[in-house]
Amino acid sequence: MREMTYLPGVRTLTYDASRCNGCRTCTLVCPQSVFTMEGRQARVHNRDRCMECGACARNCEQQALTVQPGVGCAAYVIQTWIKGKDAACCGDIGCC
Amino acid sequence: MIQYHKGTVIPPDPSATLSGRGILSKVPEHGSDACCPRPPAGPTGQTLSARKSYRDQSFVGEVSSAVGPVPRLSIRLTLRDRWGGLKVRLGLKRNQYAVDPGLYAVGQPDRQAPVLVTANYKLSLDALRSELSGLDAWILVLDTNGVNVWCAAGKGTFATDELVHRLTTTHLDQIVSHRRLVLPQLGASGVAGHAIRQRTGFRVIWGPVRASDLKAFLKNPKNPSPTMRRISFTLRERMILIPMEISAALKPGAWATGAVIIIALIVGMLGKGTLPSVVGLMMLGAAAGGLGIIGGTVLAPILLPWLPGKAFAVKGASIGLAAAGLGHLILYPPMAAGLGVALALLTVATSSFLAMNFTGATPFTSPSGVEKEMRRAIPAQVMTMGIGTIGWLVAVWTG
Repeated sequence: MREMTYLPGVRTLTYDASRCNGCRTCTLVCPQSVFTMEGRQARVHNRDRCMECGACARNCEQQALTVQPGVGCAAYVIQTWIKGKDAACCGDIGCC
Repeated sequence: MIQYHKGTVIPPDPSATLSGRGILSKVPEHGSDACCPRPPAGPTGQTLSARKSYRDQSFVGEVSSAVGPVPRLSIRLTLRDRWGGLKVRLGLKRNQYAVDPGLYAVGQPDRQAPVLVTANYKLSLDALRSELSGLDAWILVLDTNGVNVWCAAGKGTFATDELVHRLTTTHLDQIVSHRRLVLPQLGASGVAGHAIRQRTGFRVIWGPVRASDLKAFLKNPKNPSPTMRRISFTLRERMILIPMEISAALKPGAWATGAVIIIALIVGMLGKGTLPSVVGLMMLGAAAGGLGIIGGTVLAPILLPWLPGKAFAVKGASIGLAAAGLGHLILYPPMAAGLGVALALLTVATSSFLAMNFTGATPFTSPSGVEKEMRRAIPAQVMTMGIGTIGWLVAVWTG
């Protein structure tokens, strides 16, 4: 199976390695295997696989990770342009 | 009428237990807000208890627990379950396919049995329970407004607060002696494991992405295989989404068809077109749009990994171009070059836009990427569509 990746170089993921306590949680929750463990520390192994779901940031007790989470959905983005972020809904288009 | 509401376990009606089935209550009117639920505002208990009722999940008998009987779910899907699943896959009443949240059982769970957490989208619960043959487990269903785990986690309903609330109302701490919860990995964007531990004492174990890996995972939770952790998007997983994509494209497609007919009639009457020539051009316009819909909603999802480019708009445009070429080879009658190009542009623009919308259904696109793609693609799509429409209208005008 060919690996599918999306546009490179745009992810909002940040990682502060000095805060990492080596708990491995980010490697467990990331559905795209963005992180690997290097000894007692996590490492961002493949940033461009990140889909900005926010699972790692939410589950990092040390707050070493941040990401602007959101939905990678064109129909949703159109809604945020038209109605603003709070009123946006996927509506009839097939996401969520 | 049996109703399992808000996690409290109400002993089932004996007549219903005899029949071995739950009773289908009136399907609640959720409206479209069920698609994008907002996080429960204020104290969770209040908002949730004030909310609508859901469809009862059918059950087979009950299991006794320290706090009373708990309805037991079958691990087999009935014909009605499958029919319901088929309908939501086709995009019918997809926002109303919710079951009551609360605690359920499969098999004969005891105080040591694992607790599996899921969302109250019936398709999710069905996918989970049908993978649990031979397993004794508790199933804690969170209220996500009938939205699947992943989307609900992204939208703040499969969330820390709701899990804490559901643990409290079901008295799970009295039902099991251990303090472990197995959550689907895709719920991690909504639930903070460490916060659950601090607030309830329960430890969150991140289970596999797919329910089909659960049994293998539970046998060896310490060392799950990497594939269990990684989201996939196989041909089969892409194809199952196609009916929903077509369904979503049909409504704007019908509007476009109506507009095409009216505009063609007006322009044709004002210009030199005869009725047969105008009708013929209407059909060509509709065919061009139809090819675009097929390209963007059927071919693009199937061929996704092999289509050129990273941006979905580019993938959609390329398959649209191929579809347009095929249209000229086998579908369209011979025509002037200008009209031929115009029809191709209509197909390409439609296919590109619809393929771009498929970003929302994939597990590897990111919001910042989608926004970047759209800022470039939408002007190009509008321009292509505009030029194609003008070319087609010129043909209608000149007849």
